[in-house]
Amino acid sequence: MTSVSRRVSLFVTCMVDQLFPKIGLAMAGVLEGLGFTVDFPEAQTCCGQPAFNSGYPDQARDVARHFLDVFESSEAVVVPSGSCTSMIVRHFADLFRQDVPQLARVESLAQRVWEFSGFLADVAGADDVGARLDDVVTFHDGCHALRELGIQTAPRRLLSHVRGLELREMEPAAECCGFGGTFSVKFAELSGAMAREKIDAIVRTGARAVVSLDPSCLMQIQGALSRAGLNIRTLHLAEVLASR
Amino acid sequence: MPGEKPGVFDRKIREALSDARLQQAIYTATGRLKESRLNVVSSGVLPDYQELRTQANRLKQHAIDNLDFYLEQFQRNVEARGGRVVFCQNGVAVADFVLALAKERGARLIVKSKSMTTEEIDLNERLEHHGLESVETDLGEYILQLAHERPYHIVAPALHKTRYDVADILSERLHVPRETVIEKQTAIARGVLRQKFLAADIGISGANFIVADSGAIVLVENEGNARLTTSAPKIHIAIAGIEKVIPRAQDLATFLKLLARSATGQLLSVYTSFLSGPRRPGEIDGPDEFYVLLLDNGRTRLLADREKRQTLYCIRCGACLNACPVYRKIGGHSFPWVYSGPIGAILTPQFREVPQEPSLPFASSLCGACAEVCPVKIDIPKILLELRSDAHRHDPPKSQNRWEKLAFRAFAWLMRHPRAYEMAGRMAGSLAAADDAAWISRVPALLNIGPLRAWLSQRDLPPPPPRSFRQLWRQR
Repeated sequence: MTSVSRRVSLFVTCMVDQLFPKIGLAMAGVLEGLGFTVDFPEAQTCCGQPAFNSGYPDQARDVARHFLDVFESSEAVVVPSGSCTSMIVRHFADLFRQDVPQLARVESLAQRVWEFSGFLADVAGADDVGARLDDVVTFHDGCHALRELGIQTAPRRLLSHVRGLELREMEPAAECCGFGGTFSVKFAELSGAMAREKIDAIVRTGARAVVSLDPSCLMQIQGALSRAGLNIRTLHLAEVLASR
Repeated sequence: MPGEKPGVFDRKIREALSDARLQQAIYTATGRLKESRLNVVSSGVLPDYQELRTQANRLKQHAIDNLDFYLEQFQRNVEARGGRVVFCQNGVAVADFVLALAKERGARLIVKSKSMTTEEIDLNERLEHHGLESVETDLGEYILQLAHERPYHIVAPALHKTRYDVADILSERLHVPRETVIEKQTAIARGVLRQKFLAADIGISGANFIVADSGAIVLVENEGNARLTTSAPKIHIAIAGIEKVIPRAQDLATFLKLLARSATGQLLSVYTSFLSGPRRPGEIDGPDEFYVLLLDNGRTRLLADREKRQTLYCIRCGACLNACPVYRKIGGHSFPWVYSGPIGAILTPQFREVPQEPSLPFASSLCGACAEVCPVKIDIPKILLELRSDAHRHDPPKSQNRWEKLAFRAFAWLMRHPRAYEMAGRMAGSLAAADDAAWISRVPALLNIGPLRAWLSQRDLPPPPPRSFRQLWRQR
């Protein structure tokens, strides 16, 4: 534990808020279990990534400004998504590169926003959170967590300390699941073909569950698994770490 | 946008996805190239790989930022050695130059080594239209020329062809017995091409690099055909995009280390030729005449944009194609122009004045695998995002995109009004009061269109939970 406060704010993301609330509750539980005081700023909504990635930077900028207002006074913000974290810590700066006062706010806040597993590894210094899950799992690297935030070992180390859990790496773990935001519906067949490639890799491991850091990847993978009639669960890392 | 009226791009994607044999061929070939690359750039084998990338990026940035200076320096140095440099605005200018020269010298037969730049301007077609014979001498390119197809991949043009396909092409076009052994196929092509080399009047090559301080072009190849192309005929014409310039010969130490590794996983290609001018007195081989045609064809337009200008750093290694999960699914011929894959998705809309396929920059999940392998560190996802934004600015007012634009305006408003956002969420959640899989049938027909229908065409969707996170949080 570094010298930061033990108080954290949750940014659960719009997707977790609306579609996967269990992930947010699991994340809050893990953080509280490590002794953090957790708050949930109620005015939070979205990071703006859907607009940004679809080519609407003006709309994304409006949403980003709202995010800055909501979390400005937070000491640390923890996010259950590599992709949304990357939007905030890497791409907000692109949105405000011609707006110096906002850019200063962005740069200051970006220092305090953490993807969940990165926070556990780099700030909380936690390896073993006391979790137990008797299952064989495989891990899917979300593209933005891996390539934009460089997060690869932290989730695996956390998984290695979960009692009863066996991690079987898929080949390739780092290839995209094909979600890509509006790409998944603009190029539905292509996105679906990429998802099927991914689930083939998952099936080859013989794992009973897929773990990831990103709810959007999990939604894509779960949707394809379910369509293929495969009985393999999808779990966010927070759900695994909250298991007892 | 794709969706309601499937255009050519959508149709080609669909065809590629439904061709199981093709899917297998692309996956195997790109997989092999991907793995070979990984083996030679790993930190155990090449500890300074990341530094080399940074260095290559800086050198390219410097060269592109000072393009006028280096091109003039190159021209002076070539002409001091008796060669000639010609600036060509487009493909017509290149073809006109070659045709005029051929007429003056009475030339009829041209041999060509592999060059994406000449593909870009349809040079063979332009020359053949005027009665010249122009023969591709790279084996893959030769096979495709016989098959009347375009390159499928920047460095492996016939990547989609199996040896059985090649057997069919050779026997049909050359009237030889069908031969499926690769070495024997090579021998057949070699037999034909040797005669062409000996008889050719002009050799046309591309250039992997043009070196300003030496007035030289550098050619990188594995088959030796570029050497023959540039030394057997009496006239050598090299055709290169203006962005191929690098300042100094010593910079090749950086670029050559990266190019072959990124392209094919070789430490160095089999032949690296450094050509600077016509044969000089006392030399035993080389052409009598040496020309370098420097092609613009849309490139200078990119210089105006500080961010997107980095597109011009590309050294055409093809690594981004092999790494791209989209290319590996849809292949090279689905793309609207000769450049395919991630680099094609950013080159095409920028080089061409009239966008051929407005949805091209959207055909990416933004996974970033391309940027990770790019030896000159082009931030391809970032440029795709800029191109997406540009595409919306140029939408005609009545395009289908106006609905999308409205939707994103509504989205941005909702996300700045937390109460309205929560209310909208509750309304959506009320459609799925029970936790069952049949919830989707309760979605009013009006909502069950567009994006939702597209999603469900491929995947299931989990029912929205009865309560949102914020509702559950309040109850804690």
